[in-house]
Amino acid sequence: MVEVLVLIAAAACLAPYWVRDGRVPRAWLALVPALCFFYTMRWWPEVATGQHVLQTLEWMPSLGLSLTFYLDGLSLLFVALITGIGTFIVLYASDYLKNHRDEGRFFLWLLLFMAAMLGLVTADNLIALFVFWELTSFTSYMLIGFQHESEKSRKLAQQGLFVTVGGGLLLMTGFIILGSVTGTYQLSEIVQHSITEHSALVDLMLVCILVGAFTKSAQFPFHFWLPNAMAAPTPVSAFLHSATMVKAGVFIMARLHPSFAEQALWSQLQLWAGAATLLLAAWLAFMASDLKKVLAYSTLVALGTLTMLLGIGGEYALIAFVSYLLAHALYKASLFMLAGVIDHSAGTKDLRRLGGLRGSMPLTFALVVIGAVSLAGLPPLFGFMGKELLLEASLGAAAWVVGVTVVAAALTVAVSAILITKPFLGETPALPQSPHEASWVMLAGPFVLLGLSILVGCLPYLAQVSFVNAAVHAIAGYELPFTLKLWHGVNTAFMLSLASITGGVLIAACWSRSRNFAERLWSWSDRWGPERGYFQLMDGLAAFALWHTRILQNGQLRVYMVVLLLATLTPVAWVLMSAVGWPGWLGRLQPTYYELAMLALLLVSAAYAVTTHGRFASIISLGAMGFSVALIYIHFSAPDLGITQVLVETLTVLLLVVVLVRVPGFARFSSRAERWRDALVAVFAGAILSWVVLAAIPVQWAPSISEYFVQHSYDLGKGRNIVNVILVDFRALDTLGEIFVLAIAALGVYSMVKLKRGEPHAGK
Amino acid sequence: MPENKPINIASDSLILRTATLIVLPLQLLFSIFLLLRGHDEPGGGFIGGLVASGAFALYLYAFGVRALQRLLPISPKDLLALGLLLGLLATLPSALLGEAFFTAQWLKVSLGDNLIKLSTVLIFDIGVYLTVVGTLITMFSALAESLLEETHKWKR
Repeated sequence: MVEVLVLIAAAACLAPYWVRDGRVPRAWLALVPALCFFYTMRWWPEVATGQHVLQTLEWMPSLGLSLTFYLDGLSLLFVALITGIGTFIVLYASDYLKNHRDEGRFFLWLLLFMAAMLGLVTADNLIALFVFWELTSFTSYMLIGFQHESEKSRKLAQQGLFVTVGGGLLLMTGFIILGSVTGTYQLSEIVQHSITEHSALVDLMLVCILVGAFTKSAQFPFHFWLPNAMAAPTPVSAFLHSATMVKAGVFIMARLHPSFAEQALWSQLQLWAGAATLLLAAWLAFMASDLKKVLAYSTLVALGTLTMLLGIGGEYALIAFVSYLLAHALYKASLFMLAGVIDHSAGTKDLRRLGGLRGSMPLTFALVVIGAVSLAGLPPLFGFMGKELLLEASLGAAAWVVGVTVVAAALTVAVSAILITKPFLGETPALPQSPHEASWVMLAGPFVLLGLSILVGCLPYLAQVSFVNAAVHAIAGYELPFTLKLWHGVNTAFMLSLASITGGVLIAACWSRSRNFAERLWSWSDRWGPERGYFQLMDGLAAFALWHTRILQNGQLRVYMVVLLLATLTPVAWVLMSAVGWPGWLGRLQPTYYELAMLALLLVSAAYAVTTHGRFASIISLGAMGFSVALIYIHFSAPDLGITQVLVETLTVLLLVVVLVRVPGFARFSSRAERWRDALVAVFAGAILSWVVLAAIPVQWAPSISEYFVQHSYDLGKGRNIVNVILVDFRALDTLGEIFVLAIAALGVYSMVKLKRGEPHAGK
Repeated sequence: MPENKPINIASDSLILRTATLIVLPLQLLFSIFLLLRGHDEPGGGFIGGLVASGAFALYLYAFGVRALQRLLPISPKDLLALGLLLGLLATLPSALLGEAFFTAQWLKVSLGDNLIKLSTVLIFDIGVYLTVVGTLITMFSALAESLLEETHKWKR
């Protein structure tokens, strides 16, 4: 698997050069995902029989860290969708973005996304999965914000990023709890067991993982980012925001289904969030007038359905889940690509302005009809089977679930009818461009995918043995015997299906008349919807940042010092007082008179340094302080330290002189109260630090290493000066680091002095 | 503000200038003495480097930054780089011999009655010495040079 990821990532990095070079047609880039599709299918025989493939790549064997890939029915289904649909998306984009200035960048991010998504669905380790998860969020951000000159595009890209990454953080929390509850981070081991224990920790884990999955799969109330992500170019919408990335949340829920199916909280949350998303999105899809928005909301319907099916659980629901997933991926990606074709050729994607395109775009028309029929769930397409199974599964759940499903199905039928009638039938209005049929490159994807949709609709056995069996096995955790059939006879599900189709056609007839209401609805939702909450949160965050920056970072060095010292030293003082206490041995000391004299010298020079009004007097008294310290070193027989101290003090004074020559004389900028405050804080900080040092002296956690240095300084280090032997031999690596720090400091001073303030602006 | 005028920190005291000319070579010699004896007696590369920097700082205060730059055969920044390179060079022999990183290598040469110990440790200590000298002179000359230039008034 890793070779596939590396190949795609390498192709991504080469794509900009490929595009710039221009000798090989860009459409050939589609060979990369196609190759990966066929390559990964070599694991199909093994996976299709219900087994799984584990691939381990040793990374740090000594620490037990390795990169493991886990391929079972569910992963392979996703791999097939990502590489298969990805092939056509790349092909489509090569024409859609032809001669765009940033085409190379587009392919770079698109292919990187593909690699990240493949990693996400095949990673065995939870942490690796999380990393790939975040990579998909990030590449998605780059793709939504592809038209980065537009402020709207940037803002919406950021919205998608914040919502999904915020959820990603919760997901990581959930994964860490999962890892500690089960004792392993390997998915292949986790899904072997069902977690049945109930505790606050397990509940927290379930909620964290679910919220992470809900944000990614745009479940209510996080659904708003997905329609906004339509700011991306159409190939991105077709690939990331309908077929692959948004299904990552559904994927992780399905992946963990064997472990959590017993947890009522898990399935109830899925059921409610799924049903809410389903109903809301179905209604909003009908209310939307922008072609891509309509498709985005209908993608939300699918995501809500999938989540709800996992919440219902049980045999029918899981079979329905896989069939619906597959059916949706086939028709929705096609419909998005076709929407892009219409936008590209007619110049608008507003359903109110489109019309009568059937004459100029007959092929597109035919393909949209097939796609919409599959969306509506009419026979003989695969979508029909997905819907029948969905209704069948909902009959096994509560009555209100059936109601929600039927209403949403009716609205979806209405949306499908709109997709066929509005752009293609009726009079041809004045369009921004004269419409023309798209090239085969752009229609190849819809053609093949919808062809497959018809094929497996007529021959469901094909779908079953290829992917559905193995995927259902992976989600359920055990083998389920079933047969996919197109025609189940006249049963309750079929009657409900008929009812939804009738209702849908009736609703579709009101579409044009409902537009005024829709306008009012959208402006209302701008004011009161969950997206409003998102913007409030963002504004609040910015206001909070501004507020605390004004207080804490007001530009006055004195305030910074006070805040830093108090914030760090107050907890230290508290620990010292509560846990350590005053070092008692201090009272038993009997200092000699010359030790007291040195101390007095130190104190007097310190006091003079802070009270004097002269700059140079202050510098000199600082120097005197340093020399007093050197005296103390020498008195306690540390000649090397003493010499160093004297030299450093001398040079510091000399340097300060050069620096302070320019600085104006000391002046009073602060009030008397402020000076008292600063003095108190300074005394407090000095006292606490002294206390820390005094308290640390008797503490000995490990045997002292000084003995070793003293003993071996001559026989190993061949020197009698222990300090020097430590510096240049025993701890030479530290010294090497320190001289690099010195060098960096010197260059810092040099550049600070040379790049003078004001100079970079001199030209303005 | 009057502070914006160029300032030359060179002293015009004849006594300081004359004394500097005598003290500078002695101080440099002393710094090398400290460097070389450092392994057995108080001293070493760091202390030696500080003493040598002190010598150059004295020259700076006596004759000014331009004179200091003329005195030095190479730029202090190059000195800095040379010191770091020597420090890294001292790690190479042990790596080539396949021993643990930074293991000291010794070579004893007898010259008549005197035994001279040559080692990677000495190379490393010289590197420390040069880095310290390079650092301090870079700082001194950059700061003193900036005093020579008339600073722009800070416009907002």
